[in-house]
Amino acid sequence: MTSDLTDIFALAPAYPELALVIGAVLLLMIGVFQKNNHFMTINGLAIGLMGAVLVLLLFAPSDGVLFNGGFVQDEFSRFMKVLVLIGSIGALLVSVSAAEEHALNKFEYPVLVLLATLGMMMMISANDLISLYVALELQSLSLYVVAALKRDSARATEAGLKYFVLGALSSGMLLYGASMVYGFTGQTELGAITEAIALGEPSIGLIFGLVFLLAGLAFKISAVPFHMWTPDVYEGAPTPVTAFFAAAPKVAAMALFVRLTYGTFAPISTDWQQIVIFISILSMVLAAFAAIGQNNVKRLIAYSSIGHVGFALVGLSAGSQAGVQGVAIYMAVYLAMTIGLFACILSLKSDKGYIEQISDMKGLAQSRPFIAVIIAVMMFSLIGLPPLAGFFAKWQVFLAAVEARLYWLAVIGVLASAVSAFYYLRIVRTMYFDEPENNFAAAPMELTVVMGLAGLFVITYVFTFGGPIARMAEIAAASLH
Amino acid sequence: MQAFLFQVIVLAPLLGALVAGLLGRSIGHRPAEIITSSLLVLAGLCSWIVFLGILFAGGGAEHGAEAAGHGEEAAHAAFALAESTKVTLFSWVHVGDLSLDWMIRVDTLTGVMLVVVTTVSALVHIYSIGYMHEDPHRARFFAYLSLFTFAMLMLVTADNFLQLFFGWEGVGLASYLLIGFWYKKPSANAAAMKAFIVNRVGDFGFALGIFGAFMMLGSINFDEAFAQVSHMEGVTIDFLWGQWDAMTVICLLLFLGAMGKSAQFLLHTWLPDAMEGPTPVSALIHAATMVTAGVFMVARLSPMFEASEVALTVVIYVGAITAFFAATVGLVQNDIKRVIAYSTCSQLGYMFVALGLGAYSAGIFHLFTHAFFKALLFLGAGSVIHAMHHEQDMRKMGGLRTKIPLTYAMMMIGTLALTGVGIPGTPIGFAGFFSKDAIIESAAGAHTAAGDFAFWMLVIAAVFTSFYSWRLVHLTFHGKTRASRETYSHAHESPNVMMIPLYVLAAGAVLSGVLFHEVFFANAEHVTAFFRNAIVVDEHVIEEAHHVALWVKWSPAIAMIIGFLVAWQFYIRRPDLPKALAAEHSGLYQFLLNKWYFDELYDFIFVRPAKWLGRALWRGFDDWLIDGIIVGGLAARVKDVTDRVVRLQSGYLYHYAFAMLIGVAALITWAIATGGLL
Repeated sequence: MTSDLTDIFALAPAYPELALVIGAVLLLMIGVFQKNNHFMTINGLAIGLMGAVLVLLLFAPSDGVLFNGGFVQDEFSRFMKVLVLIGSIGALLVSVSAAEEHALNKFEYPVLVLLATLGMMMMISANDLISLYVALELQSLSLYVVAALKRDSARATEAGLKYFVLGALSSGMLLYGASMVYGFTGQTELGAITEAIALGEPSIGLIFGLVFLLAGLAFKISAVPFHMWTPDVYEGAPTPVTAFFAAAPKVAAMALFVRLTYGTFAPISTDWQQIVIFISILSMVLAAFAAIGQNNVKRLIAYSSIGHVGFALVGLSAGSQAGVQGVAIYMAVYLAMTIGLFACILSLKSDKGYIEQISDMKGLAQSRPFIAVIIAVMMFSLIGLPPLAGFFAKWQVFLAAVEARLYWLAVIGVLASAVSAFYYLRIVRTMYFDEPENNFAAAPMELTVVMGLAGLFVITYVFTFGGPIARMAEIAAASLH
Repeated sequence: MQAFLFQVIVLAPLLGALVAGLLGRSIGHRPAEIITSSLLVLAGLCSWIVFLGILFAGGGAEHGAEAAGHGEEAAHAAFALAESTKVTLFSWVHVGDLSLDWMIRVDTLTGVMLVVVTTVSALVHIYSIGYMHEDPHRARFFAYLSLFTFAMLMLVTADNFLQLFFGWEGVGLASYLLIGFWYKKPSANAAAMKAFIVNRVGDFGFALGIFGAFMMLGSINFDEAFAQVSHMEGVTIDFLWGQWDAMTVICLLLFLGAMGKSAQFLLHTWLPDAMEGPTPVSALIHAATMVTAGVFMVARLSPMFEASEVALTVVIYVGAITAFFAATVGLVQNDIKRVIAYSTCSQLGYMFVALGLGAYSAGIFHLFTHAFFKALLFLGAGSVIHAMHHEQDMRKMGGLRTKIPLTYAMMMIGTLALTGVGIPGTPIGFAGFFSKDAIIESAAGAHTAAGDFAFWMLVIAAVFTSFYSWRLVHLTFHGKTRASRETYSHAHESPNVMMIPLYVLAAGAVLSGVLFHEVFFANAEHVTAFFRNAIVVDEHVIEEAHHVALWVKWSPAIAMIIGFLVAWQFYIRRPDLPKALAAEHSGLYQFLLNKWYFDELYDFIFVRPAKWLGRALWRGFDDWLIDGIIVGGLAARVKDVTDRVVRLQSGYLYHYAFAMLIGVAALITWAIATGGLL
């Protein structure tokens, strides 16, 4: 077997990842060997690096399977990688102004984000159980550190520790599942596994393996019942880190989830569909109810993200190409809404520091009307009200479920959506109908830009971004088979 | 040119309504009054041009008679198309078999109605400038008046059932708004609601009738629907619990609508209460025009009613009973407007009797003359009320003849017209003399049980009509005054802006009978030529009516004289007599005074159960079940679930890990169970 490593041009499909690796190591070197703290420089360079990789992905696409079948680059992975990169760039961008306050102004932070992003991109492209695990761990280890980066803060370290311990447990489950799958199919490469499954009847052992694999991934996308870490970590971690957690890793893990189920385990789709439906319903319903009881903004967003993962899984439950397309669209819209929302939250700095509680937003519409409008738009979009982007994302996944005759799943989804409207609207009410209590400083430039872009995306989605995204998502979904 | 005239007639009031309604605040009251009134005068003049055109085309031209002759031959074989001019304004609905346009259809019947509506409306507009001059919301009042006129014109120019229904509901709305014009008065609000709700009953029947007509006749275009009527013989329709003759059911349902709008017996209760509205409104809507919409509708649909003997008989009985019943109640009322209101109710009964008898032209004739003298009486009463500083109780009037001699003269003319003063056998008489006698003679000429019943009822009602009309005049104008000295001394004649409309109407009350007797009733051939199939004209019915016995022809005149003499005896010679009589027959007196206890009866049968039901649904269903159990309960359950779910999040790492393991176990069980691997 010839190795890809001998030919630099044969590596073209992996150029984005390679660029990230080299860039991350270089930035690390710069950080280590410079005497002063060059957070701003390195942060800027990291953003630039990811932007360059994004351009590379978009304008010099190259598909193929590399490293003895361990790495695959296709339209689906490219779509998801673009989302991940946008998420990471956004997270670094919104942390610029808040880094000092949150003790994140260390050069390690952008480097760790780069490494985590690399792990995510590898996850998306993983085509072998081994590479899958390695990529996942690269991502996870970086995230554990990032979560606990604010060492002096008890809350942050607690969050990092919880995430680490539970993440280890989930990794164990994933490994256990991988070994079961290998044991029952004799293969580690995903394509070969598919062929092996297609040959024989599904066995209990294979189902065991599947469930454990999916449980490990469900932890990463924080689907119920593997979601319990999410509110605690979101709350405890510094807000810029939470912004990062809520966006890119979700997309990457969801991409891997889709590739494994819709791609690899396609021959036993009825089995995994049951599992996906199960966790989808649990996620939507539990998140809708639990979020009502939250007063902390970040905890609320944590439950909101759990719920949205449930909605995205509704599309996957359909087990159809339209459903996968729906998931891809959903993740794109979710990413935009999340980044936009965190940009808003990070712009709200009063004399008492950054806001934590929903009640801190009282009367925001009077003092900061622009931010209030953007938050309100995000909330309405998260509810799924037309004509905002969130509506079309939900529309697509529910449509796929209905086409797959999963009517009751769609009904539960819509009802959960209706319940969730309560806590989203509560924020709008707090902003618009309560008397202001806090004075907020003016929003930094880059946050205003991010807010504006996210608001533009969500509001004009149907006329502008919606069509191209839907087309790209369709191509991406088609490339999985 | 004609099309333009029609459009001016129909749309000028709409323009007035929009200007006064939307811009009334900015342009002020006086411009609003002048604009609406002059637009109405314009519409009125155009109407007269149109009407005279129809009149001379029909009376003079041979062509009309010829066409009618054809119609007569064809009448038995198939439906004869009415000669009408149609102007399409714009298309409305085109769905499947249903094809409707907004249209102005003008034939003889419409022409008559146009004249009535626009003339009275224009006069009432002018009169209101004086009558309402102290009201702070005059612009709104004029907007409503013009809106009403527009709706009424849409109604009479309708070429299909739906436009008829549009106008029908439009006048209902305007009536509601105008009855409740003084919205700060609780009794006015109650009266407005009562009018609206009672009319719902009739309109429900009307709507069902339209549905039935569309179902059975295949079209709701008048001409197309009428053409199908001849095929309906023996056709049945499923309705409620059984099968019935289709045309009977449809016509009775439609007639239910007419009963509501024209305040016929059982659905009459709203009309007297409607007198809560300003007096010009009573004159325009609740005497001259809107309440005659039912009469108009039956006449317009006469080809359909002709197909059902049962429906026509019902119309006769309802009309006759109403004429009698309302007249009895009118005998004892003390409110000057209520007396006239019951009189209106009674006269509408006369008109329906004529329709039921097949003498549609006589019904329309009475509608035509009645509009003039009843509007005159109402506006005259308004003038009296104006003079007496809004006192409406006749017991507190009297002796006003010298104070307001012009109003007195006008009221006298109105009364003479209403009671039908004239010399039988000669063309000398007031308007009511011709039209009322035409109906009574038609009833006698029918030679049927229903006809005889109606004849006696109408003659007795004529006695009562005469009595209560003269009672009104005596109580108001004659004798010694019972008003307080201050009110009496301040009583004054109304300004010219109010008096001139009275003169015009008085001219109508005197002349409309003698001038148009010929084309409406006296000469069967001329009637046929005049109407040109706009309504069914049965020359046989008219001929029969002309050949009734001499005593029949004299009976209305005798009835009128009896009524007058009794009233003279009661209120001029022996003013103490009514009290003594009322005391002696207190049961009967109370029965009449309380309007046969219909309001109490309806209150008991309908209003209280409806209120009880509404309260039960409100308290029990809405408050308790929907708000309490479902909405409140749901919210409470959501909160409970939330509390529990939030408590799951304990913060302990081992709880979280445990949840994950339980989750995996549950997922494996679920996957294996649903996968059928167990």
